[in-house]
Amino acid sequence: MKDRRFKVAHREAIIGVVLVIINFIWWFGFAYGLGSGNPKEYTYILGLPAWFFLSCVVGFLVMVVLVTLTVKFLFKEVSFDVDDEEEEQS
Amino acid sequence: MKWEVIVPLLIFLGIIFYIGFWANGKLKSSDSFLQEYFLGGRQLGGFVLAMTMMATYGSASSFIGGPGVAYTRGLGWVLLSMAQLATGYFVLMVLGKKFAIMARKYNAITIIDFLKGRYKSNTVVIVSAISIIIFLFASMTAQWVGGARLIESLTGLPYKTALFIFAVSVLIYVIIGGFRAVALTDTVQGVVMLAGTVILLIATIIAGGGLSNIMSDLMAENPNLITPFGAERDLTPLYVSSFWIVVGVGVVGLPQISMRAMSYKNSKGMHTAIITGTIVVGAVMLGMHLIGVLARPLIPGIEIGDMVMPTLTMEVLPPFIAGIVLAAPMAAIMSTVDSLLILVSATIVKDIYINYVKKDATEKQIKRISFWVTSVIGIAVVLFALSPPDLIIWLNLFAFGGLESVFIWPVIMGLYWPGGNKYGAVSSMIVGMGSFIIIDRFYPNPFGMHTVVLPIVLSFFTYVLMSKLMNAKQLLSINNK
Repeated sequence: MKDRRFKVAHREAIIGVVLVIINFIWWFGFAYGLGSGNPKEYTYILGLPAWFFLSCVVGFLVMVVLVTLTVKFLFKEVSFDVDDEEEEQS
Repeated sequence: MKWEVIVPLLIFLGIIFYIGFWANGKLKSSDSFLQEYFLGGRQLGGFVLAMTMMATYGSASSFIGGPGVAYTRGLGWVLLSMAQLATGYFVLMVLGKKFAIMARKYNAITIIDFLKGRYKSNTVVIVSAISIIIFLFASMTAQWVGGARLIESLTGLPYKTALFIFAVSVLIYVIIGGFRAVALTDTVQGVVMLAGTVILLIATIIAGGGLSNIMSDLMAENPNLITPFGAERDLTPLYVSSFWIVVGVGVVGLPQISMRAMSYKNSKGMHTAIITGTIVVGAVMLGMHLIGVLARPLIPGIEIGDMVMPTLTMEVLPPFIAGIVLAAPMAAIMSTVDSLLILVSATIVKDIYINYVKKDATEKQIKRISFWVTSVIGIAVVLFALSPPDLIIWLNLFAFGGLESVFIWPVIMGLYWPGGNKYGAVSSMIVGMGSFIIIDRFYPNPFGMHTVVLPIVLSFFTYVLMSKLMNAKQLLSINNK
């Protein structure tokens, strides 16, 4: 009946969780991986401390790209109309 | 009175009112007042959906409070604010299609409708309604105070006058236009927020002599400002990471956010909204909080964090542009406040009044009651806001934490775990709310994580255990017959 649509919805929810995990690991890794040293010894990219640039700025851009690709290629268009439900039942 | 700054603000307000009246026209011609007034007739397209999500979420905290804290604590706070990037995509992906399908099946207009359809329990409805009313009141008060303070600092008018002006402005278009007005004005406000952030960021960097220059100024003052750990080195990785729950993924439990996941037209709209939302939320959060840090060498010595953003704007931008940019936090506040107002009003009118008091209310009666309830709540909040609390940002976080602890599992598990039942839902809501309030008052930030983490964990286990327990009990009693 509605199984087809639910499968799609479940899949997309899991994708959402996976994306958040990827997002978190990137954010955490660069921030605390690079940022834990002595600030006087920081390297800078485009004027910002490397840890910050990579974690926050690049991280943001990376997520935008990932989200866009995911939605465009992995997400399916599905109808919400109640009528479609009844059609699938018969 | 700095007129060059105020005029653009007034023009902005004019546009907002116009939208309110236009939406009112739509109201008159729609078939279902309730659906139209409280949910925009389920007709939101992608761009509007993204903007209303972002605008509802991004509020005084993002535009005034956040930059203010970043000013004091440094890049570590900007890092923390980036946890909010997830809000742009996570909510719609996780709630997304399943929620839209189920909501239409239950003909749900509010979160409570959804919960009622799913759990078929009056207790769930009542507990939900009480939670929404209490916590959203707190949140609204915080926003209202923020709005009044902004007007106060811009115009020099006394706080109470500013509060009155702000309240009247918001109440007019919300009462008249309902959700559609809210969503559309959110869109306008969202665009203003984005544009304001970009303009201010560029202007600040230029005024500071470039990023490298600003960074070395900060380093000279206190090297910790440019580390992830905060000026006092009190931002531990654990504490900062725990914010991913309260302002990152936990946001799924906020009724004002999840109801938007019920309100869009079709999948295509949802897909657009996810992409647009991520871009806009990320840009605004990163931009505004970074601005707070960059402001420090430019306008040193500011004591009250909330003053940083308005002061900076008037410092680095020519007056007319400053006025336009200052419309951004105004927009942020109004767009949040209007969503909260509509939500509390919907809860009272639809979930309590129509459910329990007068089931057969006519459309005309519903209209009248909706207008009155919205007005009365608005005025009540103003009364609360008359003596402003000092800690707006924390009041807001209190409201968020409370709502998330209550709603997150009944909604999520309700969608994805068929084994969840009303006993699990009610008990997890009570445990969530109770533990949050107790921990918040007596043992805040236990184990070095944000206060909300423990209640969410506790309410999760409560939900699962109670549901399983009652399922087993019912099976046993069936077997015994």
